[in-house]
Amino acid sequence: MLDAKIPSGSLDDKWTDYKGHCKLVNPANKRKLEVIVVGTGLAGASAAASLGELGYKVKAFCYQDSPRRAHSIAAQGGINAAKNYQNDGDSVFRLFYDTIKGGDYRAREANVHRLAEVSGNIIDQCVAQGVPFAREYGGLLSNRSFGGTQVQRTFYAAGQTGQQLLIGAYQALERQVALGNVKMYPRHEMLEVVKIDDKARGIIARNLVSGELERHFGHAVLLCTGGYGNVFYLSTNAMGSNVTAAWKAHKNGAAFANPCFTQIHPTCIPVSGDHQSKLTLMSESLRNDGRIWVPKKKNDERKAIDIPEEERDYYLERRYPAFGNLVPRDVASRAAKERCDEGYGVGTSKQAVYLDFADAIVRYGKIEAGKEGNDSLSIEEIIVLGKEVVKEKYGNLFDMYEKITGENPYEFPMRIYPAVHYTMGGLWVDYELQTTVKGLYCLGEANFSDHGANRLGASALMQGLADGYFVIPYTLGNNLAEDIYSKAIETTHPAFAAAEKVASERIEKLMSIKGKQSVESFHKRLGKIIWDKCGMARSEEGLKEAIAAVQALKAEFWSDVRIPGEINEMNPELDKANRVADFIELGELMCVDALNRNESCGGHFREEYQTEDGEALRDDVNYMYVAAWEYKAEHEWTLHKEPLVYDVVKPSQRSYK
Amino acid sequence: MKFDLNNDKLYRMEHYNMNLTVKVWRQKNSKDKGGFVSYPVNNISSEMSFLEMIDVLNEKLIVEGGEPIAFDHDCREGICGNCSLYINGKPHGPWKANTTCQLHMRAFKDGDTIVVEPWRAGAFPVIKDLMVDRSAFDRIIQAGGYISVNTGNAVDGNSLPINKDLADASFAAAMCIGCGACVAACKNSSAMLFLSAKVSHLALLPQGEPERKSRVMNMVAQMDKEGFGACTNTGACEATCPKEISITNIARLNKEYLFAGLTSDK
Repeated sequence: MLDAKIPSGSLDDKWTDYKGHCKLVNPANKRKLEVIVVGTGLAGASAAASLGELGYKVKAFCYQDSPRRAHSIAAQGGINAAKNYQNDGDSVFRLFYDTIKGGDYRAREANVHRLAEVSGNIIDQCVAQGVPFAREYGGLLSNRSFGGTQVQRTFYAAGQTGQQLLIGAYQALERQVALGNVKMYPRHEMLEVVKIDDKARGIIARNLVSGELERHFGHAVLLCTGGYGNVFYLSTNAMGSNVTAAWKAHKNGAAFANPCFTQIHPTCIPVSGDHQSKLTLMSESLRNDGRIWVPKKKNDERKAIDIPEEERDYYLERRYPAFGNLVPRDVASRAAKERCDEGYGVGTSKQAVYLDFADAIVRYGKIEAGKEGNDSLSIEEIIVLGKEVVKEKYGNLFDMYEKITGENPYEFPMRIYPAVHYTMGGLWVDYELQTTVKGLYCLGEANFSDHGANRLGASALMQGLADGYFVIPYTLGNNLAEDIYSKAIETTHPAFAAAEKVASERIEKLMSIKGKQSVESFHKRLGKIIWDKCGMARSEEGLKEAIAAVQALKAEFWSDVRIPGEINEMNPELDKANRVADFIELGELMCVDALNRNESCGGHFREEYQTEDGEALRDDVNYMYVAAWEYKAEHEWTLHKEPLVYDVVKPSQRSYK
Repeated sequence: MKFDLNNDKLYRMEHYNMNLTVKVWRQKNSKDKGGFVSYPVNNISSEMSFLEMIDVLNEKLIVEGGEPIAFDHDCREGICGNCSLYINGKPHGPWKANTTCQLHMRAFKDGDTIVVEPWRAGAFPVIKDLMVDRSAFDRIIQAGGYISVNTGNAVDGNSLPINKDLADASFAAAMCIGCGACVAACKNSSAMLFLSAKVSHLALLPQGEPERKSRVMNMVAQMDKEGFGACTNTGACEATCPKEISITNIARLNKEYLFAGLTSDK
């Protein structure tokens, strides 16, 4: 079932050779080929714009009121590229190697190498579009560090890199809309994939304003619908981020790969109470300057500023001297959980650690004083200067922290705790980004391919744009070349009617339950199960309990959910019910996958499998494969294994010490 | 909510709970006339966000058999531009440089009545309750808010050094989140701050030079076509903008427009 279609030849040449030999579609034929793009984040917007530029007839869909609002916009820290502008030893190989190692040797070499190869083109393209990246005084692009690397390769636009990259892609997309190459369908949600002769040939989408179901034909369908982190209810994802399109594709034949590989980001603002609806990230870039610590004494009730230096445990610097506060996310998250579980946590909930800028403020203040040649300043005066520098670098993040918590992070250390942020798992795709359903492609976070068991910071933006700008324009053409004789299929075709019937019957069923409990309350309960049993630490016993609990929750949902309003009108509760129903089913598969993987790797930490000092213990002999699950029936999946072959990198135990 | 870095008064809020009355605009669809409905909302924590308070109210409405209030929101971290809301007569509520999703309930006190309305502008018709249609903004961008460069055309990013001050000024304009608060705040429902932010973002960069004149002409024409009002420089937009987009961008827009009109080759 799984043919990854990895080109032969040496790793360095695979992508070049592929591009040199892939089939092309001539401009006259491109005009006749229709492509559906679902989702307009970095992957979707860049794909829709690029394919429109090439001359394909593109239809793009998003659930938001405008493509500019996709959740890629919230990415803060930056985007990696192997430019080596800093002359610090970076290269395509180094970025490739860091990504494979960061992913704990569970990603595909060929895909990751291609990602590193095109990373530089992404920066060039974005600069050409007018993305206002941060610059040095000489006018050249600025870089900073991110976790899991020892070079400075991250390009950024203050703490709003995702916003600026997305607006670049959005503007390119709107240009194609103006030129008539792309038709945009905002406030639409895909509910079914339409398959004809085993090929994806269209979608059923719900118009979220009128409530009507619409049929749309495409010679190919691209899912660029982001990750499924909202299965945890609380995450840094947007409220509307959902798995529905990917899940519908999965139930219609697309294998779902490594669903248990989820990323818990170490630096988020802690939960403040039961009312919490979402969590907010504090960018990883803060770990460039912030030092993470907890008190050395358990249950220390003193204020942070009253705890003297020698009574603080900078546990990341202690455990991982080589990388210190810049260890990869999975390592930093687990270390925070370990300290809190042991009773060293801070704040009212005791589920938080400190992220402290006091040292950075003094360090920057001294540099500023030194610039002025002034060595007679008092420490207070130095701190004033240092705060200005920190404000320049991280001001928007500090403002956001203050608005949410009511505390001033220039005076008190931030309190942070890990939160769900990204999902490495997703629809299985081959080298061409095609799923196990012919004609159905998956790009960006929604697919599984590049980050293995843990994603490095500033690599999500890189992957979304690589897939959309530089990969799919080639690989789609290679496949559509054989479709140039296929005329557009009328949406009166029985396959469209059948798919629409499935979608409408499901909606009618949901509306007819008329139970007592809100959709939100089910979602919260699902999130708690998955967070407790399939979150930062998992065990065989816990996962078995979780599977039973999720199955029971599903039965309860389908017998007692209450959805007010009507079908044929704007109905946000109905939209949410459709999404939560799919999250419940996905939650079960995540636990099934986590239970199957009897090892610890990256973000997947099975308590039974750890080294003596608590590090993840991989099992390369038995689990060096991609777990791709084929949907069979309710609660029933078949596991297909794609072995991971490392021709170039030699897997070893990850060490950041 | 901006820090005074030189004021080292320790800044820590006490948490409290409050009972409120929320007076909300309800409108079934674009054709419905709509009107205000008042709801009591009890036991609200000062730590909640404003939208979490609406979540609590909606949960109560659903359980009681009513219809929840429809409102636009998504990222809930102040960047997607989806949330809107007129709160006590101010777009995005009482805090400066803030979006509704980042407004927290410690801005209110026990016993308060809070009036919540949708954006009010002819070019932003109400879809349902507090949701409005802002697609006019997308059409303004379609008229020229981009640099015409196809994927694959780019040269090396560092081959074009850009003065840091210009790059920073361009970024400050590019921070616009397209929420529409500037239009909602303006007595003329003018979209000049939104438009000027995009024109400035691109006009300040060398990449934007080739299309500089046609861009501003076409975008202004589209803005007029959408039915936004004229700018009379009252500055309400700047005072309201959650991203503090400066009104000097409007001055730049006027300069660009005049220059393009006088020197256009067309």
